[in-house]
Amino acid sequence: MDKVGAVLVVGAGIGGSQTALDLGDAGFKVYLVESTTSIGGVMAQLDKTFPTNDCAMCIVSPKLVETGRHQNIDLSINCKILDVKGEAGNFTVKVLKKSLYVNMDKCTGCGVCGKACPVEAIDVFNEGLAKYSATSVKYPQAVPLIYAINKDYCIGCGICLGVCKAKAVEYDQQDEEVDLNVGAIVLAPGFDEFIPAKGNKYGYGKYKNVVTSIEFERILSASGPYSGKIIRPSDGDVPEKVAFLQCIGSREFKDGQPYCSSVCCMYTAKEAVIAKEHMDQVNPTIFSMDIRAYGKDFDKYINRAQEEYGVRYIRSRISHIEEDKTTKDLILTYEAENGEIIKENFNMVVLSVGLNPPDDGKYLGEMFGIELNEFNFAKTDIFNPVQTSKRGIFACGAFTSPKDIPETVTQASAAAGCVNQLLYDQRDTLITEKVLPPEIYVAGQPPRIGCFICHCGINIGGYVDVPEVTRYAGTLPNVVLADRNLYTCSADTQTIIKEKVLEYNLNRVIVASCTPRTHEPLFQETIREAGLNRYLFQMANIRDQCSWVHMHEPEKATEKAKDLVRMAVNKARDIQPLERIKLPVTQKALVIGGGITGMVAAFNFASQEYETYLVEKGKEFGGHARHIYTTLEEGNVQEYLSNLIDNVTTHKFIHAYTEAEIENIDGYIGNFKSSILHGPSKERVEFDHGVVVVATGANEYEPKEYLYGQDSRVIKQSDFEKLINTTDEINNKKSVVMIQCVGSRNEEHPYCSKMCCAEAIKNAIKAKELNPSLEVVILFRDIRTYGFKELYYRKARAAGIVFIRYDEKILPEVTSEGNNLKIEVTSPKMGKITISSDLLVLSAGIVAQGEANEELAKILKVPLNEDHFFLEAHVKLRPVDFATEGVFVAGLAHCPKTIEDSISQANAAVSRACTILSKDEVEAEGKVASVDMARCSGCGMCIENCAYNAIELIEDRRFGIVASINKALCKGCGACSGNCRCSAIDIAGFTSEQIFEMITGRV
Amino acid sequence: MNKAVVESKQDEEWQPKIIAFLCNWCSYAGADLAGVSRIQYPPTIRVVRVPCSGRINPFFIIKSLIDGWDGVVVSGCHPGDCHYISGNLVARRRFAIVKELLDFIGIEPDRVHFMWASAAEGELFAVMIRKISELVKKLGPNKKFEKKW
Repeated sequence: MDKVGAVLVVGAGIGGSQTALDLGDAGFKVYLVESTTSIGGVMAQLDKTFPTNDCAMCIVSPKLVETGRHQNIDLSINCKILDVKGEAGNFTVKVLKKSLYVNMDKCTGCGVCGKACPVEAIDVFNEGLAKYSATSVKYPQAVPLIYAINKDYCIGCGICLGVCKAKAVEYDQQDEEVDLNVGAIVLAPGFDEFIPAKGNKYGYGKYKNVVTSIEFERILSASGPYSGKIIRPSDGDVPEKVAFLQCIGSREFKDGQPYCSSVCCMYTAKEAVIAKEHMDQVNPTIFSMDIRAYGKDFDKYINRAQEEYGVRYIRSRISHIEEDKTTKDLILTYEAENGEIIKENFNMVVLSVGLNPPDDGKYLGEMFGIELNEFNFAKTDIFNPVQTSKRGIFACGAFTSPKDIPETVTQASAAAGCVNQLLYDQRDTLITEKVLPPEIYVAGQPPRIGCFICHCGINIGGYVDVPEVTRYAGTLPNVVLADRNLYTCSADTQTIIKEKVLEYNLNRVIVASCTPRTHEPLFQETIREAGLNRYLFQMANIRDQCSWVHMHEPEKATEKAKDLVRMAVNKARDIQPLERIKLPVTQKALVIGGGITGMVAAFNFASQEYETYLVEKGKEFGGHARHIYTTLEEGNVQEYLSNLIDNVTTHKFIHAYTEAEIENIDGYIGNFKSSILHGPSKERVEFDHGVVVVATGANEYEPKEYLYGQDSRVIKQSDFEKLINTTDEINNKKSVVMIQCVGSRNEEHPYCSKMCCAEAIKNAIKAKELNPSLEVVILFRDIRTYGFKELYYRKARAAGIVFIRYDEKILPEVTSEGNNLKIEVTSPKMGKITISSDLLVLSAGIVAQGEANEELAKILKVPLNEDHFFLEAHVKLRPVDFATEGVFVAGLAHCPKTIEDSISQANAAVSRACTILSKDEVEAEGKVASVDMARCSGCGMCIENCAYNAIELIEDRRFGIVASINKALCKGCGACSGNCRCSAIDIAGFTSEQIFEMITGRV
Repeated sequence: MNKAVVESKQDEEWQPKIIAFLCNWCSYAGADLAGVSRIQYPPTIRVVRVPCSGRINPFFIIKSLIDGWDGVVVSGCHPGDCHYISGNLVARRRFAIVKELLDFIGIEPDRVHFMWASAAEGELFAVMIRKISELVKKLGPNKKFEKKW
């Protein structure tokens, strides 16, 4: 069968949207089908996201808008999969498009029908806390913004048909069946939250002030039912004491699931912090067993929650809740860690519910013929967490195991990376070029400026008087339109902006909202679609740099917002249309680091026939994985590794170098030029490439504590793994003690190394299997066996392995005593305990390669975080990208993670890189320098200052010796212009004249 | 001369108006981070985004003072962090000279500040703005270039 250059993506949450965008950008036709009536999934329901407290809607909205209007993405909502036939490369999928009773092409999303509808129906998006009409959209910023009639509630009165000016209401609209022919399938149906059953022990559904965490998330949200105020449902009072109960429906056998839901510890900390932030009188208390803050910078977030926001953590599991009948308060009885039984009243209780497989998971499994695990999550390959049991069908996000947003986005890109690998030769076969209207000619015309001022829910509107700012903007010269929007970034507002550009003949557009760093490209694209050059756009930052930092001074914040808008208008009067330069792309890749991550990335690139340079600084490939024998899930790492090394070293598209160091990397996206020195003789090789993947890994911590290095019976976890896998020494041992968090979560390394808990449990189980009489004791701070790894924690305890918690304030003490090691540990529950052992195993953490990373970071111009791991462009939504285009990061170089996660990141980095390599040319920035030859004296100072060698002196026929700029090399930094004493060089988009206009602020 | 800028309400507690030139990659992002983290600072500054501190021509600073801004802040990436390799170093050399020039023409040194703030330093950014606002406030309105006739 012929391969098809199209892909079906099932589910349009953040995962499915990311897969669709990656594949759409790489030249595939994407059919994105969603079962509900709008895209964005759970993330669009969230108020804020950890660990940055970014506004979820703000960061996801541009992505959803991009998905909704991507030229190569065909989005269908309200769909159901009916049938799947075929095999990898060529599937036929029958999809049922259920009727919305509203014509999608005609509906403008104006909402008149919703207002007119006399029947109140429950709205899913606000988790049943708000009422909506039978005709409704899921939420105000929905993509696509189309109203749908809920036939279950509709009484057929016909009012909506009458009021709809667009004539979009079609009661007789029929369901439609379509056959989609695709080469690969990606399943991203997400998850469904655990809902406590009727008559549950927490009184959910019975006591009004017990809510689930997702309901609480909606309460927190500015676009939620109480506009961001923390109000308890029973009486509308502000709850002063709020209890969060962890592991509701997770780590349970009876009422829920035995696995860990991975995300609850973090989202609860976030909800507690945000609640405190929204209303200071709220005092959150979190009841949890372990605090599983295992991701990048998560521990720091938990520390901040406790120290800065006063969030109280109590290690206890609540099993029962009672209600005070008169006050409607809730009485919690719990056992403190020292064994004391305490009764405490709370005004409100939030149940941190776990993640279940999607309700239709089982149906999808059967439909697509893929295996599911015992809980109905998709079963995936041990070494490729996005590969299902069927070739050509991939799964990503929470459908493969409970996970957070960055891991979902990583897997989404990884799935796209695997699709690229499978269908690379079918790119560009089924897509059409984006047709933009010709640009309206504006040069020389008087400025007609349109200002759009954003409320951003209450983010701006709650502190800045937006109507007043709008009124003021309207009084400024050349402003012909000043308008305000609830969310300027939402899809409906993009349409409004486009309409207004035409209606008012606007030739400059200003948006006063959040930051141009995240939203400028979106608005630029919008005005381009309206026919304006994308540079005829300005932003005023009245949120991040105004309303959010002057929350207690609304009047002054309003005054500042007016100034910022005026400055933007002043600049806008002077801005001009600019051209973007097209740059050719060298379709080759450089991968730095020959561990598993680097090799997976290189092999994927090479499979797509992209010539790849793989550079390893050590003598052999394999990196950290050479010391790992199995994974917790019993995958054979050594076998996998040797196959991978064979594949990589023999592949005709891979140039593999060992003992190699990077001498230099020059250039920019699509056009890098690098030189390396390799082999014992340091032979020099130079080559061109279009992208760079940084996969340099990390080191194992060398312990300085617990007699390591002084007593040979104290060894590292990796040494212990070698011992039990290659020798039978374990049979001679009577007892083994393991200490967790050695070199992790302390002052020197204030982060979790993520893998050590699983490693310790894996080796403990194995040791116990080899020698059943062996006593194994694990001293831990929190056991972080997230997701399905929790099952192995259970297994370990069932096998008789003893777990004793210690507090970071009282670390265990180790002394050598004759034949035995004496380990003294203070457990909060049992007090001081002394254990004798003949082997002490230290779970040493992961540390970044400090100096090597710094050096590489300098060469590549990319940042490191405080712990010297590479810092990605955005921790939530761009987990493998750098801010510098064309450079990507994967594996341990990014932060501590497991082998599976590293492999996902490697494939994700490849997918992101393919959005560049799949093209012949990329567009460069338009904001570059130019020389006014009449003014230039040819002094050459600018050449001295240019870091990109973009300037040279040329001899002009009329002006003599003058500076000349290579616009493809120019980055537009302006170092030349800032220093030009003749004012001969200017930077388009940031001209001196424009900046003077902002300074003078002439009204 | 711009009234909106120089206008100061005598009866209320006087707040200076400070213009801040921030580089896009570090300091502007740091200022955003202060917002995302809700770290509060006085509403004194008005930000002009520039690609790099190296873009900032000494004219911008002088022009700001002439036009009646009470203070000027220039902030770029930390040395070594520059998104454009060395733009901030070029800027540093340039501003060392500008500072002397301003001193020479009688501008109080506390009116003009050069600082570094990275994209991760929202807290530092807020602290610096608080400090600078206090310093400029002590100096009172900038009337050096006010036309007297």
